[in-house]
Amino acid sequence: MKTYYDPEDLKKFGDIKDFQPELGGKFFDYYGSVFKEGALTAREKSLIALAVSHAVQCPYCIEAYTEDTMEKGCDEEQMMEAVHVAAAIKSGAALVHGVQMMNKYKDLSM
Amino acid sequence: MAVLTHKSLAGQSHELSATDKQLKLLQQTDLPSFQTKLKETGLFPLTTVDLDVFQINMGKMCNQVCKHCHVDAGPDRREIMTRETMELCLEALDKTNCSTVDLTGGAPEMNPDFRWFVEQLSTRGVKVLVRCNLTIIVANKKYNDLPEFYKKYNVEVVSSLPYFTSSKTDAQRGDGVFDQSIKALKMLNHVGYGIEGSGYKLDLVYNPSGAFLPPDQASLQADFKKKLKDRFDIDFNELYAITNLPVSRYLEYLVASENYHGYMEKLVNAYNPAAAANVMCRSTISIGWDGYIFDCDFNQMLDLKVASNGSKHLSEFDLDALQNRDIIVNQHCYGCTAGAGSSCGGTTA
Repeated sequence: MKTYYDPEDLKKFGDIKDFQPELGGKFFDYYGSVFKEGALTAREKSLIALAVSHAVQCPYCIEAYTEDTMEKGCDEEQMMEAVHVAAAIKSGAALVHGVQMMNKYKDLSM
Repeated sequence: MAVLTHKSLAGQSHELSATDKQLKLLQQTDLPSFQTKLKETGLFPLTTVDLDVFQINMGKMCNQVCKHCHVDAGPDRREIMTRETMELCLEALDKTNCSTVDLTGGAPEMNPDFRWFVEQLSTRGVKVLVRCNLTIIVANKKYNDLPEFYKKYNVEVVSSLPYFTSSKTDAQRGDGVFDQSIKALKMLNHVGYGIEGSGYKLDLVYNPSGAFLPPDQASLQADFKKKLKDRFDIDFNELYAITNLPVSRYLEYLVASENYHGYMEKLVNAYNPAAAANVMCRSTISIGWDGYIFDCDFNQMLDLKVASNGSKHLSEFDLDALQNRDIIVNQHCYGCTAGAGSSCGGTTA
């Protein structure tokens, strides 16, 4: 069955350079630098990436960073807490707009 | 006692308990051969350096049935080394300049001549280390004094602990193994093992509970030290991060969980020439329970005997022939050359 998302496509990510080598190359260099050990550890960055993957709901990223966090020594509890951080921000982002709704409600009400 | 959750592959008469079946599976691949990779990086044939580690597998008998075990060890295995073969080990060892004797199994302590053998080794001025699965110490009263025994002969203890939580540890090593391992670690600490300045070394071994590669060894060690101290007041010296090799039960796990191809691809993509140059088989020989000689414990479990004609068994031990041998390689060797490399002493690159 044809689907929009094919797990095999993740391996072809590097191929995006075929259509635009310069920008693709710059992206991958940047990407590589971002995930290096820095003020944050490679492990902390991997957990952030896992959380963001869920927030942006990217199946490729979720698969890649589930494996990556495991290979950085994280356990299932830490990984699920990272997902909850994403979920909390996502739900918080929806709910905080409730204030806007309340403001407008009050503007329109007697 | 650890709960026996399943039998060894041999006990199940599983197809993959046969070494020829494992080798056939490993060789049916579209991935580049390990030999080709070595050639591309100027390392073929893989040759020896000075022999330093004399590793002895004292038998396949074990009180645990870990899911990843490359030995296919378990309580249902009866193949163990006899005292006669141990005597041949001592004769051979005396002909070498090895600095280390590495005792492994199964659970080597279950061999009835284990203590006699350690006593004999202790007079030879070599470092003796035992790969202790921890739970054996609390499995039966007769093993409860093992920490004192190790201490008496200054044996280094190297023990597997896949993680500092029970879920990951028990998933790999069997129900209840984590709690018993913690109890055993406390007993080892109590007599001085793993305590800084005591001189009694206790190292831990991490290997992934699944189809993924190990984390960075140094950061994982820091994590293990903190978590084991904070949660259980346990001390240890070093942590070795080891990669699982596609042999025996781990190979069976990979196939059954449909992770085999992806895992092999991952190992091949992570090939590191620096790790390949430092693989431990170059300075090791591995002795089987029946006295046969191998390049490493993994080749032993695949029944790939050393390539030195006239010195394949302890009864015909010839150090020169062994020093001049080429090491036998196959697809499983990718496990020792991935990323930071892997050996019985952790990373190699």
